[in-house]
Amino acid sequence: MAEDYRQMWTDLGLDLPTHDALLDAVSQMYGDVYLSQKNRPKGMEYFDFVISEVHGLRIKELVDAKKEGKKVIGSFCVFVPEEIILALDCISVGLCAGAEFAFEEAEKLIPRNTCDLIKSAFGFKLAKVCPYLEASDLVVGENTCDGKKKSYEQMSTIMDNLYVMDIPQMKSDSGKSLLKEEYKKFILTLEKLTGKKVTPENLKKGIETVNNKRKAMNRIYSLRNANPAPISGLDALLMNQVFFYDNPVRFTDSVNKIADELEGRIKEKNGVSPENSARILVAGCPMALPNWKVPHIIENSNAVIVGEELCTGERGHHILTGENGSTVDDLVNNIVDRYFQIHCAVFTPNPDRLKRIKEMYKEYNAEGVVDYNLQFCQPYQVEGGIVESELEKAGIPVLRISTDYSSEDQGQIQTRLEAFIERIKG
Amino acid sequence: MISAGIDIGSRTIKLVTIKENEIVTSEVRPNSYNTIEICREMLTGVAYDSITSTGYGRHLFSRHFECNVISEIKAFTLGAYHMVPDCKTILDIGGQDTKAIAVDNDGKISKFEMNDKCAAGTGKFLEIMSNALEFTMEEFISAASGAEHAEKINSMCTVFAESEVISLIGRGALRDEVSLGIHNAIVKRSVSMLKRVSIRDNVVFVGGVANNACVRKLIEKEIGTTLFVPENPQTIGALGCALHQMKAGIPN
Repeated sequence: MAEDYRQMWTDLGLDLPTHDALLDAVSQMYGDVYLSQKNRPKGMEYFDFVISEVHGLRIKELVDAKKEGKKVIGSFCVFVPEEIILALDCISVGLCAGAEFAFEEAEKLIPRNTCDLIKSAFGFKLAKVCPYLEASDLVVGENTCDGKKKSYEQMSTIMDNLYVMDIPQMKSDSGKSLLKEEYKKFILTLEKLTGKKVTPENLKKGIETVNNKRKAMNRIYSLRNANPAPISGLDALLMNQVFFYDNPVRFTDSVNKIADELEGRIKEKNGVSPENSARILVAGCPMALPNWKVPHIIENSNAVIVGEELCTGERGHHILTGENGSTVDDLVNNIVDRYFQIHCAVFTPNPDRLKRIKEMYKEYNAEGVVDYNLQFCQPYQVEGGIVESELEKAGIPVLRISTDYSSEDQGQIQTRLEAFIERIKG
Repeated sequence: MISAGIDIGSRTIKLVTIKENEIVTSEVRPNSYNTIEICREMLTGVAYDSITSTGYGRHLFSRHFECNVISEIKAFTLGAYHMVPDCKTILDIGGQDTKAIAVDNDGKISKFEMNDKCAAGTGKFLEIMSNALEFTMEEFISAASGAEHAEKINSMCTVFAESEVISLIGRGALRDEVSLGIHNAIVKRSVSMLKRVSIRDNVVFVGGVANNACVRKLIEKEIGTTLFVPENPQTIGALGCALHQMKAGIPN
């Protein structure tokens, strides 16, 4: 099957032997982490298929769409408004990478003490293994953390299609105006790229499509408070990861089918783990595909993840964009209102994130919070200290895990998780 | 009914059997590449009905023997609480891990800290440093205990600390003072971990490094309270397992 795509990969400029090695590693990991799970919802077969074709069929769709004149917009962050991308008939793909790949090469451009999320983006570019990146007509960076914003300066030396968007750091009126100005600039940039115009109609359509995708994910999340858990955290994470690059309409349908299935499972008390499993809420840094390390350890330690306060989690889809408005400006205001509520740790202060973690803990009937952060991610690491002390004060057990994409600390993480679960369960 | 507990650590394996809360047998052996064989030898001829495992080899053990499995943190909490019933804080310094545990009034874990993948400030760190100074462990401890001044060791990384030690000696520093400096370094790290879980009396010190009189004395000075060190502090995790096994019963 993979053979059919080799010409396409070559045309995209991928390094085939290295790319083969990556696909083999992902496929092996997927088997070990995902296919080994018991009693998965049948609807997850769609996602098994998506992963088996992650660099195949979906890339072919992108390439075919490009032939018809559509543009592919790649991005690294939940602050890049997909509504605008879809309004101009472009395709939105997430580019964050979750594997330790070509780090030595990356470290020639950025310091060793850069978080693995950033390092991996460089590694994938330098090793020429990411067809999404190579298929992108425009790569959108954004000034969230210092690590990213300075790294984009280096990234622009190895990419000629990088566009950087500014992002406010405080939830103030001026911060909000900045975001609006940036989104308006983004519209102009995409209009120039596509030769098309944003209209109230196409923007409304874009908002609807993205909202439908979010609503489908929110349906899944609304079902995760059930005990026994109807779906594993690993499977929910996979849906969140695929959220960023699949065809949005097909994705929405597939997720809604799983939600229907989960409703049935809940009635039958058919869960993926025993009723007495420790129920964990994961909060913190994004987990980009194929970063499944910590959830895999959690769910192999008599625990189940019932919610994710992550960009690859509720933070990516919890809030909807308002659909009412008759002008482009009205709709852009709705978009700004929506994105400005994202509780990313780059904002200071960021009390709403803490508030939301506490709400989620209750909503999902969680019993403990794992604060997950990547080494050298200053915003989430610093905020982790606040999250831990405030949650513990509120009687919520917290375990902080600071890690990277390597596998060498799995033993220690497992010991700490097992002890944390023993603590929760008394 | 005899319950057994086995703690498979990176440096040693500890086996304890108990009958109605009383220790029947207790054994410590060095670990090696053939962990399961050593476990099998240790279990041969020892009478027990059922067993719980802990330590970094706990899951490996469970693939070869019918057993319950608990984390080291729980094992040390159960063992220490049994030995010192009003213990509120536990410090365990083993071969490759350091753990600080806060215990609630019912003897349950309320908070814990553990080092990540790096073995800085653990028993292995002390072993490597004593080797670098060409001391046996006993000589190393007594040299540190007898020193009046301490050299400052800046690095907590085993690799860098070793070269720091060698360069200090090269510059003419006294071996005794370097030894004390190394002890200070590990104490500083352990105390900061203890402070993160908060220190409440009584504080119990367990694990192989609890046998080190110099570390004990320095920690006591640093935290201003007496440490309780149970007899055979290395075997407290295995004892905790045996106690757990007694309560948990035979696994299904």
